[in-house]
Amino acid sequence: MNNFSYTRVSDVASAVREVAADSTAKFIAGGTNLVDLMKENVARPGRLIDITQLPLNRIQGTEDGGLRLGALVRNADTAYDETVRARYPLLSKAILAGASAQLRNMATNGGNLMQRTRCYYFYDTATPCNKRKPGAGCSAIYGFNRIHAILGASDQCIATHPSDMCVALAALEASVQVQSSEGQRQIPFAKFHRLPGDTPQIDNTLQPYEIITAIDLPPRGFAENYCYLKLRDRASYAFALVSVAAALEMDGDCIGTARLALGGVAHKPWRASDAEEILNGKPATLENFKQAAAAVVRHAKSYGENDFKIELAQNVIVRALQLAVSMEQPA
Amino acid sequence: MNQSRAPGDERASPCPPATHSIRLEINGTAHTLDVAPWTTLLDLLREHLDLTGTKKGCDHGQCGACTVLVDGRRINACLSLAIMQHGASITTIEGLADGDTLHPLQRAFVEHDAFQCGYCTPGQICSAVGLIDEGHVQTRDDIRELMSGNICRCGAYPNIVAAIEQVMAAARDGTPS
Repeated sequence: MNNFSYTRVSDVASAVREVAADSTAKFIAGGTNLVDLMKENVARPGRLIDITQLPLNRIQGTEDGGLRLGALVRNADTAYDETVRARYPLLSKAILAGASAQLRNMATNGGNLMQRTRCYYFYDTATPCNKRKPGAGCSAIYGFNRIHAILGASDQCIATHPSDMCVALAALEASVQVQSSEGQRQIPFAKFHRLPGDTPQIDNTLQPYEIITAIDLPPRGFAENYCYLKLRDRASYAFALVSVAAALEMDGDCIGTARLALGGVAHKPWRASDAEEILNGKPATLENFKQAAAAVVRHAKSYGENDFKIELAQNVIVRALQLAVSMEQPA
Repeated sequence: MNQSRAPGDERASPCPPATHSIRLEINGTAHTLDVAPWTTLLDLLREHLDLTGTKKGCDHGQCGACTVLVDGRRINACLSLAIMQHGASITTIEGLADGDTLHPLQRAFVEHDAFQCGYCTPGQICSAVGLIDEGHVQTRDDIRELMSGNICRCGAYPNIVAAIEQVMAAARDGTPS
């Protein structure tokens, strides 16, 4: 780890002022990803600004009937919050599918959004990586790419976003509350993370002088019919090969509204709007589920070791939709 | 810490002190310590305070050997900066026993032979203390899932789960385990 200076701040105005004044500074809260990246010399901040004392650690209702999750609420406290469990169980399940109990006790909601890819080459400073060093080349495209993207990748980067929580937030159409010295703004969740294109070093649309203050959930929680299904190389404590957040509002045997998002397949949590359109208003049949799944991977591209993900993604989508209808627990 | 600046270095902040003073309570004892910002809680415990019960395994939050309790919650000490624990109360494996009387989980680990080499054991036991306190376990599978952040290379998992189950059952029944 490189040497760095340390500042603790106690209000949001100071936090954004401090970060705007020092281009080498980074915020730290849970630290579960940043400290790890610093140990690997992937991140080398000149200064850490400790934001854990900011008053962003509450979960409270919003005026429109939704729920505001403070950026500094720990992942475990969010997942086990009674209101979240009752009204947004998809989010609770997704959070609990990720990391370990210890890490969920440390990691914050804002930090979950900001975590960086788990691409092996991004972590290995001995290999070229466009995300770590723009223009260096991508080692994954012709390398070990079992965990890599099949949707929305570019010839510059095929990394995936590692979050489970964010897959549920994409399906729930959350929004990200952001503040800077200029004021506040709201970023729709679908526009928070980005695809790699020619600038894979940029993970999201948050500006360096901004801070996440909260994540807002809209009133619709899809608490009756939902499923978060995560497939990985071991049963627990591993990143997703493919995960699916499925949320349905049923109208008898038909699907009134479908929401579908995937993890482990793209540079961002992948909202499958095309599949949702196929499902909306249709009977909840295996045939329709398969048709929706096929639509998701219509433009999929794989890179050798991750070829299996195209079929796996379709199977996980179908299974997640079936479980969301039946509300049986995944085995 | 090297405080010299290269020409053209535009960092606005003045040269910081290399160390900061923090106050911590560790296993019931108050400490005032000078720490460099890049010292992890794990290194502080092991290298500065000789509390070597907490183990360094992977040093990347992947194995759980460094699990300690901060204000009663289990965390990975390897991914925590000591300076950020200012004011916290830390419990390590050395702080669980009451004098010569072992903590019920320590006794249960011995009774169930819940280890082989023992390297992961302090982390397993601290993690299990946190697990029981969190109160989210209904089934044996829940124990396995919620202990998945603690890896045991010797594969003592069945006995670890049995030890935890025994302590939970005893607490439920109100009998000494």
